[in-house]
Amino acid sequence: MAQLRALIAEDQALLRVGLTRILQSDGIEVVDAVQDAATLAAALAKDDFDVAILDVRLPPTFTTEGLTAATMARAARPALPVLVLSQHVEPLYARDLLADGQGCIGYLLKDRVADVDGFLAAVRQVAAGGTVLDPEVVAGLLTNRPDPVDRLTDREREVLTLMAQGRSNAAISARLHVSEGAVTKHINSIFTKLDLPQAPDDNRRVLAVLAWLDGAGG
Amino acid sequence: MVDDVGDGRPSGRPAPVVALPSFPVDTRGVLERLRLTAVATGTAALAVPGWILLILAIIAVPLSVIGIGLWIGLIVVHGTATLVHVLRTIAAGLLDADLPEYPVEGQGRSPVRLIAAWVRDPLRWRELALVAFTGTFGLALSVLPAGLLLSLPVHATLLLTDGGPVWSALTVLAVPMTALWWVGTPWLVRVRALADAAILGHSQSRRLAERVAEVEKTRAELIDHSAAEVRRIERDLHDGAQARIAAVGMNVGLAERLMKIDPDAAAELLREAREGTVSALEDLRSVVRGIHPPALADRGLTGAVEALALSLPGPVTVTLRLPGQLPAPVESALYFAVAECLANAVKHAGATRMWVAGAAEPGRVSVVVGDDGRGGADPRGSGLAGVARRLAAFDGTVAVASPAGGPTTVTLEVPWHSSEP
Repeated sequence: MAQLRALIAEDQALLRVGLTRILQSDGIEVVDAVQDAATLAAALAKDDFDVAILDVRLPPTFTTEGLTAATMARAARPALPVLVLSQHVEPLYARDLLADGQGCIGYLLKDRVADVDGFLAAVRQVAAGGTVLDPEVVAGLLTNRPDPVDRLTDREREVLTLMAQGRSNAAISARLHVSEGAVTKHINSIFTKLDLPQAPDDNRRVLAVLAWLDGAGG
Repeated sequence: MVDDVGDGRPSGRPAPVVALPSFPVDTRGVLERLRLTAVATGTAALAVPGWILLILAIIAVPLSVIGIGLWIGLIVVHGTATLVHVLRTIAAGLLDADLPEYPVEGQGRSPVRLIAAWVRDPLRWRELALVAFTGTFGLALSVLPAGLLLSLPVHATLLLTDGGPVWSALTVLAVPMTALWWVGTPWLVRVRALADAAILGHSQSRRLAERVAEVEKTRAELIDHSAAEVRRIERDLHDGAQARIAAVGMNVGLAERLMKIDPDAAAELLREAREGTVSALEDLRSVVRGIHPPALADRGLTGAVEALALSLPGPVTVTLRLPGQLPAPVESALYFAVAECLANAVKHAGATRMWVAGAAEPGRVSVVVGDDGRGGADPRGSGLAGVARRLAAFDGTVAVASPAGGPTTVTLEVPWHSSEP
């Protein structure tokens, strides 16, 4: 497999350096590490990276420059892999990111980077077309859901949460200490209860679940 | 407009009417009553320009058909404004109140437009009513003190020069007039001033309306200020402690990963992480200081200002004699006001010596922050304006005296009434 190339946008030097080191420690090449919205737009326009790792807040206004840049870049290049990092997560932002239904999206708290292996796995997963959401985002999407979620068993809800985070069947089974067969069974049950069409692969399955979570309650 | 003179009273204003006891009969009482009589007589004399203006106003109406009426109208407009200004100044001085001026709008317009605007403005009709009052009942009120005072000497003189029973009787009757002058003069002068103010519309409800407008303005400013403060705190946390702790997490995570392959690099990352936690705590402390300084919580305003003084370069003399029971928000507002002033002194004035003096006075707490720097502070600068906004919420005021070359003094005042009897 060719070396993965990443673009970083992070205004705080400490975190920029930290991210760069972590990515490099796993053999991921950092093609550019920009600090503000203007240089980010230029860097995103270049086609020299496989995944963009963006901070939501960037100069000049420190609001949602990173998010805006990601949305615009993905409008120009659909399914451009983008991993958004933030110090606090907003389910609303997740909705904006997921709106195009293309996947290739990650949205994580900066806290998660400390779990270096998990973070690196997330980077590779997004680059490979997967979707990775922070447990906090999923929890935000799951709260105040209408009835169908209530009909799920506790175990099914755990599976749903992990699935929404973008984990594969194997990862879910390892996490919950159950067999992959049992996970498949839970997933089928969830899809039946939520009245979702069965999806052929992991990514589509995640997107279906997220679309449901995102759409049902508004 | 008016300049500040020595005792802080605008020039041209008479001193206020104070309650004068009828006893004892002393020099001070006599002098004060004579002064009031003089003021009242002067006010009475304004009846003459009042009559002239009224006559002009009346003849201006028919004459406006031919051009000359317009010119007479202009005389009425400007004459009324001048006369009312004088009456307002007298009433404001006597009542020791601020009676705001409402200058004629449309200066520099053509005479026709100016007069048209003047006629449409209800305030001008009030002013015209005051002119009419000055020429009639106001005149009667204001002429009385002099009349009562002069009654006895005039009749006595006539008695001495002319003789006869009529003058004797009148002279006897004039004695109670003098007593009436003694007792009544302060009242008459005050009633006249109150009547003038009331005709101009400075009634209780008007004052309340103005007060409400002011409260609404300061409240809106305070909300803006609080919102800006909250944003600042959020930014400080986001850019400071939160980012540092996230970086510590990254370092530790990477160190964990490198532990086996590159222990030296891992140790270096852990050392950085440890330093990061120290910086994060420092950031948190400074954020806390910006919200509610621990010294203020522990030791009150005086202790907090003393602690602040110690942390500044250059000597700061602190002499604060403040009541212990100031409300916490007032203490906090005063603390940050003092902090801002001292920071300005250090940053902009190049001060070598600073002082903070404060004391509780009847009805208010006043704190003066001074420095020997180069002066020229701009009271509208964002820092001082912020201080003023913050204090305005408590009806407090900020007065800046900062001549070029210094020294600068900033006087912070907040109304305060002791809860102790």
